[in-house]
Formats: sequence, structure tokens, C-alpha cells
Amino acid sequence: MNEFVLQLLNGLDKGGAYALIALGLTLVFGTLGVVNFAHGALFMIGAFCAVVFSRLLQLETVTVDPERLTPWGSPMEIRTPLVQAWLGDFGAFLVQYSVPLSIFFAIPVMLLVGLAMERGLIRFFYKRTHAEQILVTFGLAIVIQEIIKANFGANPIPVSAPAALSGSADVGAWLGLGGGIFYPWWRLAYLGFAISIVALVIVFLQFTTYGMVVRAGMEDRQTVGFLGINIQRRFTVVFGIAAVVAGLAGVMYTPIVPPSYTMGMDFLVLSFVVVVVGGMGSVGGAVLAGFLLGILQSFASMNEIKSILPGIDQVIIYLVAVVVLLTMPRGLMGRKGVMET
Amino acid sequence: MKFDRINRRIFLKSSAIVGAGLATPTIFTSASRAQDFCNAPTGSTVTLGFNVPQTGPYAEEGADQLKAYQLAVKHLNGEGDGGMLNTFKGTALKGNGILGKKVEYVSGDTQTKSDAARASATRMIERDGAIMISGGSSSGVAVAVQSLCQDAGVIFMAGLTHSNDTTGKDKKRNGFRHFFNAYMSGVAIAPVIGEAYGKDRRAYHLTADYTWGWTQEESIKNATEALGWETVTAVRTPLGSADYSQYLTPVLNSGADVLILNHYGNDMVNSLRQAVQFGLRDQQANGKNFEIVVPLFSELMAQGAGEAIKGIYGTANWDWKLEDEGTKAFTKSFGEEYGTPPSQAAHTGYVQALLYAHACETAGTFNPKGVVEALEGLEFDGLGNGPTLYRADDHQCFKPVLVVQGKEDPADKFDLLQVVREVPAEEVTYDASMFGGELGPVNSAC
Repeated sequence: MNEFVLQLLNGLDKGGAYALIALGLTLVFGTLGVVNFAHGALFMIGAFCAVVFSRLLQLETVTVDPERLTPWGSPMEIRTPLVQAWLGDFGAFLVQYSVPLSIFFAIPVMLLVGLAMERGLIRFFYKRTHAEQILVTFGLAIVIQEIIKANFGANPIPVSAPAALSGSADVGAWLGLGGGIFYPWWRLAYLGFAISIVALVIVFLQFTTYGMVVRAGMEDRQTVGFLGINIQRRFTVVFGIAAVVAGLAGVMYTPIVPPSYTMGMDFLVLSFVVVVVGGMGSVGGAVLAGFLLGILQSFASMNEIKSILPGIDQVIIYLVAVVVLLTMPRGLMGRKGVMET
Repeated sequence: MKFDRINRRIFLKSSAIVGAGLATPTIFTSASRAQDFCNAPTGSTVTLGFNVPQTGPYAEEGADQLKAYQLAVKHLNGEGDGGMLNTFKGTALKGNGILGKKVEYVSGDTQTKSDAARASATRMIERDGAIMISGGSSSGVAVAVQSLCQDAGVIFMAGLTHSNDTTGKDKKRNGFRHFFNAYMSGVAIAPVIGEAYGKDRRAYHLTADYTWGWTQEESIKNATEALGWETVTAVRTPLGSADYSQYLTPVLNSGADVLILNHYGNDMVNSLRQAVQFGLRDQQANGKNFEIVVPLFSELMAQGAGEAIKGIYGTANWDWKLEDEGTKAFTKSFGEEYGTPPSQAAHTGYVQALLYAHACETAGTFNPKGVVEALEGLEFDGLGNGPTLYRADDHQCFKPVLVVQGKEDPADKFDLLQVVREVPAEEVTYDASMFGGELGPVNSAC
């Protein structure tokens, strides 16, 4: 039972990340009709926003202490973080909470990156074939990846969660299942964050006038245009929102896995599978498939399952995708007419 | 000239004379003698190839190893303070290159992948004319490149590689390993963790799924089971995994009370940090404190793991805090050059470069046949590990093994590990036939 709960939590956590990335991907597809292979790169840029922000907070002054020597006899360097030197305890607090605080840094950055990507490149490919869109966005993803590699190096950069959230929570006691079920606080925070963001995006689309127009545009772009609404501008904003969602998913993921330039590509393929299983262009489908595949992947890595089917944890997602597409060709919640013309 | 008088006979005669004339100078040049063995240096320089991971899970170790190779080249050429050249007892090295030729080097990125490593080694041998390849930091890579060097007719001086197979079932006559192996780690660490954690323990292994992980898992299993421990299960994880949550969650409810992480480099940093985040070290199992053991780790990994490494037991090939003259000289040179103490990956790379150069000097040739003869059975001292033997039967070095522990209260950012026991070479020596394999004949032809 304990392991079941833990693997469920693992699955929800992974699913949260898949859902956040797939959500943006499917939104862009549903509105602009573009298959954006550079979406994983947005997730990666978000993670590096957290890296940049925490580095800014940890800029140091270097002084030399002639009293203390290094093992090879030169004077020891003493590094003092500037923010802590200037702001004292408040500075220390800022450094501690650099990851959650970098959300505020990442939102404008990701919005700008998203708008620049859409206006600067992707809009020229609206009327081109999906194959051409895939080629150009994949190329863009590689360019972004190499820029990050050139600036930050190829190695993962460890980023710490705040000390208050770096331990683990006694989930068993909360659920009344007794002791023995401990789960890291930060992963629980990530799950809560993912659910909140998904809820916010759905509320925005379902319950605001802006969202209603966007949904109307997704259904019938031409008619909305006839009503005198500049639907293209709204879709551009949606692209920006998708970029922000992917970026924030990246920011919050950094204490779980140290960011590296390949993390976008690692998630991209899985997220595409999630979108396809959920149904191209369906927001609800992406979220549902994200959590579903995350949970299945976790359960598949239980030792009991692997002893029957070795290696199943590595292929389960693709197996499920094959089964879903064979039985429901439009995915779990796919709409008729999407990518069928 | 009257061309109309040239008939077939005259044409053939004159062609033969012209042809012989053109060919004559090359018959007596060193270039043709160079064909005695592969990539024989012809000019005033000799090229070595350093093949290390600059990307991938072992990139940190690779970067440090490359720094050490560069330092070794400097010292071999008589630049800098000479490092271990001054402490290497009875060495033939004089700081004037190797056999009077200035040492140059080329480097390649193995990406911690066997195919990329073989491609970059091939480039270094065929295009750059490298006469020796050194590097590793992954046993998968080391085994693949060792076999390539054997076929290519050059010497392979393995860098950091810890699998039993490198000098066991996959050993080659052209390949040599200074680093210790998983079997030695098991023999060295078992008594220490037996004393610390008791003889009645149940172990759960998480193992990197390739040659090094497999042999380390086997060696540690054998050593701990001989202590009286029970192995609950061993789970394989793909090399380069970033998120270990799905592998860690089953551990606590498996009935195990010790987790053994057969991971190295960034993989180990990620898995250990995540194991601590999951609260494993705060738990009780079977009425005992839950413990984590990492059989092989380094200072670089300790830096990456931060707080999580405190109190963790492991083994090491070498540590910069050892008190011998060789270690002091190397740590001083490396520290002054790069501002950090050298890692064990750096040390083994540096020593291998020096040992190769020494072997060439004593053999009086770069020919792999002579180099192999010089290295087989070589006994040396002053390179940081005390008296060491390069065993002729399997090309494995035998020297003391260090059992280390993450320091609870580090004095500074470099002081992360403490050596808790130095296990003598005799205790970790084993029969050369134990891990199978054949050295085969030496190959020096391209």
C-alpha cells in the first residue's frame, strides 16, 4: 500500500510536468495550427531563468585571506555574496528562496521570448505544411539548445530548493495510513503548482471573455474574424501564455533535476506523445493524458511489474500511445477535423 | 629533342630510370622506417591523444582529467615545477619530452558514449597521428576504446575505469590500467561497513546499467554477503538518468535497511541527493537506522552532492590529502595551476601519462612492443600510492585502496572526504585468471 501511494505521487509529479508542457503545446496547435517542436526549448529556457536569477542573487566579492592557506600554499579566497552583505537576513532569505522567486523573473522573460518566437519566425509558417513547421521549429530548438550550451556549458547546474522545502513530508500520517510514507516537500509543491497553473489556464479559457473569443477562434477562425475581432493578435498572446506556462514548469523543476541544455529535448518527445494521446488541440486531453501517462510510467517501474515484464518502465508510454491510437485514432479527447484536412 | 626516335624499348628504360630516381629519396627516409609500427613519430614531436568525457554524466570527472593530462604534458616537456617527475623514483624521465621529442597532445570528447569515444579515438589515431590514447571515465568507453587501440596498433593507457572487465574478460595486450577496480572496492569496504553497520543487514542495490555497474554490483554483493548481509534485490537504472524517484520509492518498503548506490558522476550526485530528499537517511528499518553506501566516489562528486555526502562510506583510488611526497608535489602543481585540488580521475590520468613516457624512455622506443615489455611487471614508487606493481598477467596495477567517508564537519570547501582506512595491496590482490579474458599478442601495426 505504501509503495502504491508513493508511486502514485511520483506519477502525479511526473504527470504534472508532462501536463504543463503538453498544455502549451496543444494550445499553440489548437489556436495557430502550428506543430511547435521548439516548445521543449521553452521549458529549458524557463529552467535557465531560475539559474540566471539565482546566480544574480549570489554574485560575490572575492577577498583574499592571507592568514589561511590552500593545501598548495596560496592564500585562501573568501567569497562573500553581495546580496547578503547588503541586505543581511533579508538577503539570505532571497538567496534561499531564489527558485520560487525566479517565477517573477521568468514570467516577463518567457512572455518576451514567446512573443519574439511567434512574431519573429513562426508566423511566417502558418500557411506552410506541418512537415515544414516541424523542420523549422526543430531547427530553432537546436539553435536555442546550442546557445544555452555555449553560455552555460554542457553540464547540469545544481539548483537548491529552499531549506524549508528540502526535506520530506510524512504523507502517510496525513492520509491516515500510518508512518513510512515520506515524500519530498518540493515535489509536493511542484504537484500543487502544476495543478494551480493548469486550473488557471482552464479558468482563463472557460470563464473570461478573452478566453471565450480564443475558444471561438479555435472553432471557427474565419467567422470570429468577420465579427471584427483581431483573432491573430489573440492567438499571439496565447502563444506567449503557452511559453510562460512551459517556462514556469521549467523554473519549478530545477530543484528536482539539475537543468542542462538537453532537458527540453528530453521532455519534448514525451510531451508530443502526451498531446497525441490526449487528442491534438484538446486542452483537457493534454492534462488528462499527462497525468495518466506519468502515473502509468511510475507504476510500470515497480519491481513487482518489472519482474514480470523487464524493461516495461522504459516503453510503457509508447505502448499506451500505440494502443490508444489503434482504438481511438483521435486520441482520448480529440476533436473531429483537427489535422484531418 | 627528337621525340620521333623514342621507341617502346627506350620509353620503358627511361621510365624505369625516372621512376627509380623519384622513389630513391623516400627509401632512405625515416617515413618508410616509420612503418615498423603505427604512427611512429617522424619529426621533433610526439602526439598523445586524450579521450575524455566533456559532456554527459561523467563530464566533471572528464574535465578534471583533461586538466591533469595537460599538466602532465607540461611537466614532461620540462615546463612548470615538474610535479611528480621529481618524486617518481628511478624514473628515466628528464623533462625533455619523451625520447627527446617534445610532447604534443590532441583531445576528444567521448560524450560518455562508446560510439562517440571510438569515433574520437579513431580521429586522433588516423588524422592526428596519436601514438597513445589515454582516457575513460566510463568503463563502457574504456573497454570499447581499449579494443579499438589494440586493433589500431597503439597503446591504450586507461584513465578512470573501475569495471572488473577492463583488465578482466575484456583485457588486451595493448591496454593498461592504473585505477583500481570494483573487486578491490568490495574487499576494502566490506570490513569497514560491517563494523559500522553490523553483520545483520539487508541491502538494496541501485545499479547503473552497463559493464561498470554490473561488476561493481557483483563485487559488492559478494563482499557484503560474505559478511553475513543479505541482498534484497538489485535494480538497474539507465546511465544518465536524471530523476531517480521511481527507483527510490520502492526501497523503503522492500525490507532493506541499506541502500547501495552503484552510480558514478552526475548520476550518483542525482541519486544520492534524491535519496536524501526522500528522507531515506532519517528512516528506521528492521529496527536500525537506514544507511546509504556509495562504493565508489570522488571529491568532485562530494562537491556536487553537498550535504548529502556527509557520513557516507565509499572507496577511492587516491586522495589529495595523502601524506606522501608524490601526492604533495602533484597537489601543489595542480592547485597552483587550476585553483582546486586534483580529483582521483585527474591523478590516475596524470600518472598514466607519466608511466607511458617512462616506459618509452626505458624501452628506448615508441614501438608498442617495447612499451608493453617495459610496462609489464613494472614496479614503481613515488606517484602517490606507494610501491605499485603493473601486473604482467592482466595489466592491472596493485596498490593500497582507500576507504573514505564524507566529512561531517569540513574545514573548508575542499575538505570534504576523510580517509578512514588504507587497505594494503596484498589484501586486494586476486588471481589474474579470476575475471577471465586473454591478453593476446601485442599489436603495433596500423
